[in-house]
Order: sequence, then C-alpha cells, then structure tokens
Amino acid sequence: MAKTILVFGEQRGGALKKSVLELVGLGSDLADGGTVNVVLPGASIGAAAEQLSSAGAAVHTTEDASLEYAAPEAYCAQIEAAIEAVSPDVVLFSATAMGRDLAPRIAARMGAGFVSECLALESAGDGFAAKKSMYGGKVNATVTSKPGAKLVATIKPGAHAPAGAGSGTVAPLALKSPAALRAKVTGLSTVESDRPDLQEAGTIVSGGRGLKAAENFQLVEDLAKVLGAALGASRAIVDAGWVPHHYQVGQTGTTVSPKLYIAIGISGAIQHLAGMRTSGCIVAINKDSEAPIFKVADFGLVGDAFEIVPLLKEELAKVV
Amino acid sequence: MKIAVLIKQVPSSEARIRLAADGRSIDPADTEFVVNPYDEFAMEAALQAKEKFGGEIVVIGLGSAKVDEALRTCLALGADKAVALKDDAFLGSDSLGAARILSTVVKRESADLVLCGKLAIDFENAAVGPMVAELLDFPHVSVVSALEFSDETHATVTREIEGGTESLEVQLPAVLTATKGLNEPRYAALKGIMMAKKKPLESPSAADLGIDVSLVGTAAALTTITTLEPPPERAAGQVIDGDPAEMVAKLVGYLKDEAKVL
Repeated sequence: MAKTILVFGEQRGGALKKSVLELVGLGSDLADGGTVNVVLPGASIGAAAEQLSSAGAAVHTTEDASLEYAAPEAYCAQIEAAIEAVSPDVVLFSATAMGRDLAPRIAARMGAGFVSECLALESAGDGFAAKKSMYGGKVNATVTSKPGAKLVATIKPGAHAPAGAGSGTVAPLALKSPAALRAKVTGLSTVESDRPDLQEAGTIVSGGRGLKAAENFQLVEDLAKVLGAALGASRAIVDAGWVPHHYQVGQTGTTVSPKLYIAIGISGAIQHLAGMRTSGCIVAINKDSEAPIFKVADFGLVGDAFEIVPLLKEELAKVV
Repeated sequence: MKIAVLIKQVPSSEARIRLAADGRSIDPADTEFVVNPYDEFAMEAALQAKEKFGGEIVVIGLGSAKVDEALRTCLALGADKAVALKDDAFLGSDSLGAARILSTVVKRESADLVLCGKLAIDFENAAVGPMVAELLDFPHVSVVSALEFSDETHATVTREIEGGTESLEVQLPAVLTATKGLNEPRYAALKGIMMAKKKPLESPSAADLGIDVSLVGTAAALTTITTLEPPPERAAGQVIDGDPAEMVAKLVGYLKDEAKVL
C-alpha cells in the first residue's frame, strides 16, 4: 500500500547533510508509490532544496533568518507544520546530533511509535520492521511497529544508498512560530580538526593504554593523517584524560563500523570490542599476544607499537 | 530548586549479554546491573545544582523490582527521595509509554529542572528526555556537556554536535540530557550509604498516580522488540609473524591486495 513519507532535511549553514539523500532513497523504498516529502527549514536553503528536488523529493521549504540554528522548539514547530500539510505515515530523521534531538519530540507530539539508530527499515505487513544494535553492539535487535501506527525513526548515516536522480518539486511552507522559544541557540563552535568525524569515517586509527603516555597518542595521530582516518580511543585513555571523550569508541562512546579499523595498544575490553566489531577489516597491534582484541582482528601484529607504527606509517605513505 | 533525576538500571558496560530463551529479551542472571552511566552525570549535575541553590532532588526510576538498588545508590549520593515505578501495568512500555509515566511523576513533583542521561546503554533509544519535555511542554537540550546557571531559572548550556559544540540559553523549567564530560560523578560516602537507608523510597501504582493504563505498558506500545540475536561471529584472523619491518610489509600487502581497504 502506498505510504506518505516525510524526511527531515537537515542542513547547517545551508549545506545539506549528505545522509538526507539517503533518507530520500530509503523513503522511496518505503513509499511504495507514495510521495517522499522533505521538510527543509533554514536561513539559506536554496541550494539544498535544488539538490533534494533533483533526487525526486517534494521539498517543503521555509526560509527565515530565525531558522538559522536548529532550536528544538522552532524546528519542531516547522516539522509539525509539514506533518499537518502532508499527513505522513513515517517521518525519517538521520541519527545525527540534530536528528536525535528533534525526532523523539516529534514522535511524542504525534503520539507515534519511535525507533532510533536504525541500520535498516522496511515495510512489514501494515507496519514496519527496523534492525538496530543494542547494548553497545553486543546484541542485534529487530523492532517492529504496530500495524497501522505512524512511525518516527532515526536512521544511521550510511545505512541506505542515496536516492538517484529524479524530478521533484520545491514549494514554500509558511513559517510556523513556536508557542514559546525557551531554548535559544546562541552559537556554534567547531573544533579545528582535519580529521573526519568518528561516526562517518571510512578508516579509524584508535589508541589505548599500550601507548603508555598521553604524548604518545601522537603515533596514532601521525598514522591517521597518512590514511585520512578519524581518531579513536579506548575508554581507559579517555578516562585518564589523554584525549577528549568524543574520541571514545565503545558502549559508552561511539559505536563505529568503518571499512578499516586499526587498534594500537588496545587490549580489547568487552565494551570496546562490541563497539567496533562490525568494522570491515580490523588490524590490531599489541605486545600482549593474549589480548582479547586479537580474537576479533583480521590481522594481528604482536609486538612493540613504538617500533611497528612508525614503519607502518612510512609503508602506507607509499601506497595511499 | 526542585530537581528530578530520571534514572534507569542497565547491565554494566563490562557485562557479557546472554539472551533469554524467548529470543527477545536478555537473561539477567549473573549480570551486574548498574545505574545507567550517562544518568550518573545527570545525578552529579543535580547534586551540584542543589549545592548552589538549595532545594530538593527526587530521583525517579522505571523498571523491575531491582530498580530499588539503583535508586538507593542515588539516595546515597545525596538525592532526598526516590520514586520506584514498578507497577505491572508499566511493563512493556515503549519509549512514549515510559515518557508518559515519568512525566506524570515529574509533574506531581513540580520539578523546575529535569535531568537524565543522553541515552540508556541497553536499548539506546535516546528518546525519553526529549519526550518528557514534549509531554510537559518544557524546552529541552540533549547531549549536554557543559552547564552553567546564571540564576535559578536560566542556564547556559553546551551540547555536543558533529565536530564541535552548540551553545544554548535555556529557561527553566527544562529537561537536560547529560553526556560524558559534563562533570566527574562523585562516589557515595559511607555516611551517605547509611543515611540512604532512612530516606523515603515510595512505589506508587498507576492508580496512585492517576495514570490511564490504556496509554502505557505492552498493550499501548507502538513499537516492540521482536527478536534479539548475538552479532555474527567474526571469522578467525591471522597473526602476522616476523620482525617489525617484515610484519609491516606483509600487513600492507594484505590490506592492499586481500582486504582491498587501501
């Protein structure tokens, strides 16, 4: 049965989040001939609207200076306006800082079912079935929605292929002011880094206790630079204050699934292993041959990281 | 300031998870349960706010009979009273059902500030905080890594976003969800543990709270976990032998030609 889909069009500073095109792709699968709508609030969204309509979506734009930042009350009011306009069966958000912030509020407002961090979402009878990871990657779950119930879902970036070319539409949606704006965004600050975001990176180089001291994390940084990789860390060195906590891979950090994961001096606590075991290829470098990390590694190097990593950096620099 | 802290009891991050025979839940036997780690940051933020402004901290937990342990831990840390929500009618609630139950108690307590973790490390829905805010018509800020009160009704908060942070001014009453880095949670002192035994811990039923049981629990749930499975085992890998230069040469060859990840 045809379904109406609404996708939240996430952008910052006018730059469309790449994963929104993936949501349009997923939305087309779920719509079964129905319409894939995108609600796109922002202060400067012309280019993003073009991009989305070229992917076949019916784009509902609200351009207003007050929508420069994603204050939850203001953005939820605009998403609510779109919900009133198109009556969606499913509302899709990316599992990003912004999507995770807004989606549960919208689900509560709609009285809809809610499932987050989906790795896959498909129709199942009159409802939907989602695949997601739970317990920090220790368990894979299937979550189903009640037949006929509306659903709000957040989808992991990269979980679906982006939508192909199509011909959509762009139409303005009137600004709906929130009843109150009691949480105001006053600014953004980006950390100066030439490294990609941990969750989106194709390659991650991660360090642990085996580095012996905070300054030796430089080894990890140097190797990551050669590979264009994101920086990761074990909980032990985050708790020790060697690196910021947003580097942490694992159940109380970020669950990751890159194509290549290189673990340096990480013994492999259960919560760390659970958080990276779905990586495509895992390389472990550790001096303890009994370290649990070797049980999940595709390639294990037992030895001194201080000798191996600089050599590895040199060799990789020749081939990448 | 009246502060409500919403907590959940979850298997420790170091716990191995075993699945139950029904294929859709976990076997809790021999599993260490703890206060959800992110809720510890919420609890610490509550203690610091109370130190600054005075007032009262009520800690609220939804769960099985075991939730009392987690609530006692929070009482030992310095919460003033606890509410355990373990009426059978609450079992099987989805995120929205849980938020309906919790928000009813927050409302009854007339809390000015609601704190909880950014997510619970079991189901990882990250839903309850913003949902409670919506149901109470409070503003919310999620994934808070810094919090500074300008006065009893206004706070400046920092939340983590991809590659940086976002700053917000928020007016109370509000819901804030805490992440790692917000503070360093304290440990309970022996005196606190002794005092916790005398602090009030009530277990109101759905009827006591005036909760419509058709809106919570299994029957009202719009989403349900239908299967839980262990993740697929990884095929055994290979240990690369040799001196460091040989190991590195072989590894680069494998990554390039076999794994094709370079």
